[in-house]
Formats: sequence, structure tokens, C-alpha cells
Amino acid sequence: MQSTSTALGATTSARVQPHEEEAGFWSKYIFSVDHKVVGIQYGITSLLFLFFGFSLMIMMRWQIAHPGETVPLVGPLLASIFGDIASRGVISPDLYNAFGAMHGTIMIFLGVVPLAVGAYGNYLVPLQIGAPDMAFPRLNMLSYQFYFFGGVVMLASFFIPGGPAQAGWTSYSPLATSIPNHGQTFWLVGMVLIITSSLLGSVNIITTIIQLRAPGLTWMRLPFFVWAQFTASFLLLLAFPPLESAGILQLMDKVAGTSFFLPTGLAIGGQLANVSGGGSPLLWQHLFWFLAHPEVYVLILPAMGIVAEIIANNTRKPLWGYKSLVFSALMIGFISFLVWAHHMYLTGMGTRISAFFQTTTMIISIPSVVILTCLLISLWGASIRFNTPMLFALAFLPMFGIGGLTGLPLGFNASDIQLHDTYYVIGHFHYVVAPGTIFVLFAGIYYWFPKITGRQMNDYWGRIHFWASFLFMNVIFMPMFVQGLAGMLRRMSDGGHNYAQLKTGAAGALPQSALGLNHVILWAAVGLALAQIPFIINFFYSIRKGPRTSSDNPWESTTLEWQTPTPPGHGNFARPPVVYRGPYEYSVPGHRQDFFPQNEPE
Amino acid sequence: MDVPYTVQPRPDTGVYNAKVGMWLFLASEAMLFGGLFSSYILLRVAAGPENWPQGWLSVPLGTINTILLALSAITVVLAWAACKARMFERYKLYQGITILLAIVFLGIKGYEYSTKFTHYQAVMKDGRIADGHLVRRSADAVVLRGEFVKDRKSLLRPRAQATHEEIVLPAADVVSLRSYGPAMNTFLAVYFTLTGLHGLHVLGGVVVFAYLWGPGSRLWKTDPDRFTNRVEVAGLFWHFVDLVWIFLFPALYLT
Amino acid sequence: MSDLSLQEYNRFSRKCALVFAAAVCGTLIMVGASYAPLPQRSYNIAIILAGACVNAALVAGHLMHLLSERKTIYALVAFTTLFFAALVGLTIWSWYQVPGYGTY
Repeated sequence: MQSTSTALGATTSARVQPHEEEAGFWSKYIFSVDHKVVGIQYGITSLLFLFFGFSLMIMMRWQIAHPGETVPLVGPLLASIFGDIASRGVISPDLYNAFGAMHGTIMIFLGVVPLAVGAYGNYLVPLQIGAPDMAFPRLNMLSYQFYFFGGVVMLASFFIPGGPAQAGWTSYSPLATSIPNHGQTFWLVGMVLIITSSLLGSVNIITTIIQLRAPGLTWMRLPFFVWAQFTASFLLLLAFPPLESAGILQLMDKVAGTSFFLPTGLAIGGQLANVSGGGSPLLWQHLFWFLAHPEVYVLILPAMGIVAEIIANNTRKPLWGYKSLVFSALMIGFISFLVWAHHMYLTGMGTRISAFFQTTTMIISIPSVVILTCLLISLWGASIRFNTPMLFALAFLPMFGIGGLTGLPLGFNASDIQLHDTYYVIGHFHYVVAPGTIFVLFAGIYYWFPKITGRQMNDYWGRIHFWASFLFMNVIFMPMFVQGLAGMLRRMSDGGHNYAQLKTGAAGALPQSALGLNHVILWAAVGLALAQIPFIINFFYSIRKGPRTSSDNPWESTTLEWQTPTPPGHGNFARPPVVYRGPYEYSVPGHRQDFFPQNEPE
Repeated sequence: MDVPYTVQPRPDTGVYNAKVGMWLFLASEAMLFGGLFSSYILLRVAAGPENWPQGWLSVPLGTINTILLALSAITVVLAWAACKARMFERYKLYQGITILLAIVFLGIKGYEYSTKFTHYQAVMKDGRIADGHLVRRSADAVVLRGEFVKDRKSLLRPRAQATHEEIVLPAADVVSLRSYGPAMNTFLAVYFTLTGLHGLHVLGGVVVFAYLWGPGSRLWKTDPDRFTNRVEVAGLFWHFVDLVWIFLFPALYLT
Repeated sequence: MSDLSLQEYNRFSRKCALVFAAAVCGTLIMVGASYAPLPQRSYNIAIILAGACVNAALVAGHLMHLLSERKTIYALVAFTTLFFAALVGLTIWSWYQVPGYGTY
């Protein structure tokens, strides 16, 4: 492959950034087209949204453990913002539902995915493939701006009369359509903006990976992180549009009075609804889950990519089973489109179609296990460096294992009858996302911080952050499996008190032990919140005052992002790097160092 | 270092960046309209043939629109070929024709929409149903040019053209008055949503072409190859919009 | 320094005119088919949609150069078609699996 200049000179390629001296604050930090700046913008914004979503959850857990009691500290604030639905600072059922819907929406669409794909993907993919920037730098900036405005709309919905969307992040119709406030409309508009951002971003990432790989960087020499981002971007590209179409239809239902999802004979509040009818609530579910299932693989694939990088680096040996990892990631991507109705087992689907989705659901667990196994075997015989990123990455393995295994009874439609819509489901998916993905996103911050800032985060406080978070994550989510098996349902604003054995005296009602666990979970959540404080302080302190890194490649890594100046300048590499070998050439026999960077000549 | 392969194709993939990007975008658009089409199919099959209107849309107007769009697909690719052959004036001509055809398409669509919005159905106290276009409306009467029908079901099929006369409906006798908008029934909801979204894409195309015809065409002087690539990917988008209509027209107008 | 000679351009124009003529014919056939008195409505619909597919293939193949495009693009189109088919097909199949189907 030849170098990149063309006869017509510089004007024929996209200019990455105006010259350093001319760029003012606005074009350097706000309207920058540099992928690193866009990545950091995504990172900061998504971390703020994660924090906000976490705060919603803490208030909800208080309500669950102490139903009907005023929320401490923030009760008066809630009353002043929300009025009726938070009178005397108590979270009413309506407000609880609003918090629940927005917690899910914000964590998934405004928190984890923008961090995992928007921040990590944008910052690292061009660096790891030896490119000067993304294929479409201006589109990159635009995709962040759409995300930002989607977030603004979502946040604004908290302040409108009647509050935000209240029908769960899943927004099932007819409930979502018939709640008589505009919260759902704001949700839909916000989602359209976020989906647009996502589409522009995924087009960019895929094109970049296909077109801008450095000379010598063949597909099978790509770091697994890049393969994971590639697959996740394809999922976003092809799976989001049906949700967008469903969103348009629901928006028409809310704003134009159509009945796409409202059946004939629908009664609301005991009265026949004044709609044309003829719609189908199931249609919404099919279109929603067609996205939402691939979405969960978007949540996990970048995390698997980051874990792979950190494990390879801190074991000082190549990853075991690179080809298996790559093909498993691609298989996960492909099969994830064919499993969605396992979220709909209880809608009355026929047995044949249920069996189809059950089969594909079981099949998709295979590549997930392959990936986990390859990562686990990679530890065999390794010289493990137990630094903070490695601790988080190692913890991912059992945590994702628990999350994945607890998914199996949900994937079988027979056992799902008992477990659907219970706390077991909440335990399952939080295990995968919270001590799963989010741990890895922390790991990545500790790992790539030196490249982005030129300084190290404090390892001692990092370990404290890790052990405290690890402990409290498990204390929060493990009891939920017990509660779910006891029959505690999701989305109950009173924490299940109405179904308590003490109250109803019925044989199958919730035992007091299940309800008592709500208190344990609340305190663990508070503990988890406190455990983040050392991280936040560490993060901001180290940006200014952390010890400077010894070199551009303090972790002694082989991949290309570490072979740049720190932080990388505009254009990343002075000239396109040439790649001579695979991404994990650690401990090569006979080599003078225990790592052999990809672009180092023989 | 500048971003490579914005103009010249990358040797091993054989394409330049924007073409990959546009095809990826079109793939996502295919899934978007796919979601809508599958919704249409489901809702229509579930309604059953006897509940689904037929003959409510003007086939002649739809056919004209189809031919206009097909012609614009041709002119847009000829505009690109003119760029490739370095015939700038020819490019301007064909691109201009494309824009005009698109505007006429939107105009006809707008006319079709207006005929629907002015078409009303009034249910009277005595159970009769009056159906027709609004002539005028005042505080004490609604005047429609149309006919009375015995029951709503008969409105679902084309009827032998009775003479449409002016009907005066005293406001006090009218129980409900609804226009043929998206809220009236599922067919209209589907029609307006699908053609509305398609129309927005047509409008977007017009905006992009207007830019490439006007201020954007300055790039021709400094970097004609890059400009030609922009024309090509915009043309690809336009062809996709045409493709959607090729399925929309029969699905809504003919079946 | 042009990539197309005048001769090639004219040949291309002629091909486009043919594609247009074919598309118009296809459209008129579809319109005709919608009025044809066939035993079942679903026969009309099948012919109409087949006509639409032919028209679509003409546009995609010739105007979008899909017939001369590279593997990269083919692979993308193939996957999209597959997932499109899965979306529509599986959703409809599940519909008919419900007792008393289609009566929402």
C-alpha cells in the first residue's frame, strides 16, 4: 500500500484541524473535529450522565426500602422541582416510575454506550489502526453534538409539568402513549437525536476501520479492541433504525392522534379511548426489542475489547485464541439480530416461534463463553502485573460469568415464566453491565489515562476504589436473584410491601426476608456511592498533579496507540506507521525486550 | 498527516471513504424503512381485507410522481457522469433538472395531502354519515360538497360516482366532524407517516443538491475529483430515496 | 484529465435512457396489474410487488452501479438484506403463531 499524498496536494484530503496558533478556545475544545477531543467530550458528558443516573437509583432504592417516607437530604429539592408528584419530599409512585424509566434510559443511551463507543471508540480506534483521524472528522463532531442535544432534551423532560417519561425505558404502548403528559414526547424526541448521533458515529467508526488502517495492518493483525468496536458499530448501524421507526410511530400516536400501537376497544381509566384503534401493542415490542437486544451486545463488546487489551498487556503474553476471539465477536454480532423475542416469551407467542428464539438465544451464549474462556486461558502461565486496571479487568471475568450464567434460565422460555419481570432479571442484567461493563470502563480510564494526560493515576487509591466497588456491587446485586426467585416483581414503587406475606397473609406472597434485603441493598448502594469518591478525587487530582509518566509507553504495550507522543498531537503520527506484526507480541523468544511493538522494524 | 482516501480509492477495498460511508448510511436507512414497511404489513394483514380502504389515493397522481422520480434518478446520475467527463455546464443542467423534478414531486404530494385534509366525515345525530370536501364552515353550519352514506363501511371502497352536491349540516346536529388525517384510521396513519418520512428525505435531498448546485459547486474549481465524489454519493442517496418510492407507490396506491 | 471520454459519456446516457424506459414500462405494468380482474387479490399484489422488485433492481443495479461495485459493498448489502428479511419475516411469522391471530 502506498503513501497517501495525491497530485493535487493538501486540499484533496480532509483537513484535520486548523493550525495550532490560529485555533481559539471554541474551535479547540468545543467545535473541534479532532477525534481525541471528540472522544474526551463524549467521555466527560457520559460520566456526568452516569453520575446522574446513579443518583436517580439511590433515591429509588431509598423509596423501595422506606416507602412513603421523605427522602433525606434531597426531599425538599424534589418537592420544589416536581410539585405534586413529590409532595413533602416523598417519591410518589408516578415519580418513582419516572425515575425508573429515566434511570434506564440515561444509563444505557446517555451513559454506557456513549462512554464505551463514543469515548473509547473515538479516541482509540484511529490511534490503534495508525490513522491520523476518523474518516469523517466533521461528522464526528456533529455526532457528539446530536448526542449532547439529545441529552439536553432528556434532562429538560424532568422540568416539564407532569414530569418525564414514566413507562419504563422500554416505553411499551399503550401505557406510554396514554399517560397524559408530554414526558414521553420529550423521550421520543431525545431518542431520535441520540439515535442520529449513534448512526453518524457508527458510520464513521466502520468506515475508518475499513479504509484507514496503516500499511501492513491486515484485518487479522488488528487489536481485538478494534474488532469489538467494529462489531458494536455494525450492531448500532443496523439495529437502531427499527427503534427509530417505532419511535416515529409512537410520536405520531402521541402528537398526531394515530393508533399504531393502540388496539381497537382500548379503554383508559374505565372509558373507551377516543382513538381510531386498529393498532398493535405487540408491534411496538417487536420493533423495540429488535434494537434493544443487539444494544446489550453493544454494551458488552467494547468492554470485552478493553479487557483483552489490558489482560494481554499485564500478562506479558499474547492472548490465547486470537482467531477464536475474532470469530466469536463476529458471531455474537450476527446472531444478536435473531434473538430479540426472548424478551417477549410471555406475550402469548406460539410455541414454534418461541422455540426458534430460545434456540438462537442458547446458541449465542456459545461465542460469549468462548470469549470468556480465551481470556481466562490467557492467564495461564502468565507473569501477571496486578495494577489497578488489571484488577478491574480480572474482576470482569467472574462478574460477567455470573451475569451470563444467570441469563440462561431467562433464555429458556419455560423457566422464564417464573422469572420474567422479577428482580432476577434486574440482577442478571446489572451483573453484566455494572460489575461487568462499567468495571471495565473504569479499568480503561486507569489504563489509558497516562496516554491522554501524560500523568499516572494513584495506584493505591485505585485499589481502594476497586475493592470497595467490587464488594458493594456484589452486595447490591446478588440479593436481587434471591428476591426475584421469591417472586418480587420489577418496577414496584413500594418495594413489594403490598405483596408482603405480613400484609396479605397469602401463602405465595413475599416473605419478610425478601423485603429485608431491600435495606441491605440500600446500604450497599450508599457504600458504592462513597466508594466512587476516591476515584473522582484521584481522577481530577492526577490530571494536574499526578506523577508524570516515565515514557510515552509506560505500560510497555505493543499496540499502536502507545507508539505516539503523549498526548498525541493533531494527525497522531508524523507519518503513517508501518505495521510488521500482530498486536500481542509479548515475550517473543530471543527478543531483547519482553514486548515487540507492532510498528517497530525488525 | 491528512485523512487519506477521501478522493482516490484505497487499493485493497477499491473505494473511497465517502462511498463506504454512504452505503453504510443507506443500509441503516433500509432498516429504518424496513421497520416501517413491516409495521404496515402487520397492521394491514391484521385488519383484514374488509376493513382496509381501497381507492382513496389518486393512482394517476401517484404514477406521475413515480415517473418524475425515476426521471430524476436518471438526471442525477447523468449529472455525475458529466462531472466525470469534465462537462461542468452539463452537470449544472442535469443537477438543476433533478432539483426541479424533486420540487414538482413535493408539490404534487402537497396537493394530495391538502385534498385529504380538506376531506371531512361528519356523523349526524340521526346516525347518517356525510362525507365530502369542506366548502365553508361557520358557527351554525358546516357545508360539505359530497354525499350521505348509510354506513361507514361503504366508504372503504370506491363507489359509483353519485353527483356530489352541496350538503348543509346544521352545527347542532353534527356529533363528530373529522378530517381524513392520520388520526382517522390506520390506513391514513400509515400513508401519512410513510410518505411523510419519505417526503422529508426528498426535501433533504433537495437541500443537498441545491448546495452542490450553488455554493458547493465552487469546489469544482479547486478539486474537481473531490467534488465529483460528493456528487456521486449525493446521487446514491437520491437513488435510495427513489428505491423507497418504488416500493411505497405500489404498496400504498396499487394494492 | 477526465475519467470519461465524450464517447463513453454518450454511451452511458443512452444506457440511462433505456433504464428509464424500462422503469416507466414497469410502472405502467404495475398500474395495469392493479386493475386486472384476477381470481384473488393476493395474485394482483404478488404481480405488483414483483414488478416493484424489478424496477428496484434496475435502479440499484445500473444507476447505483451495484453491478460493478466491489466486494466490500456487496457484503454490506447482503447482510442488510438478510437482517431486513429477518426483521420482517420473523415478526410476521410470530404473528401467525398466536391463537386467533391478527385480531388486535
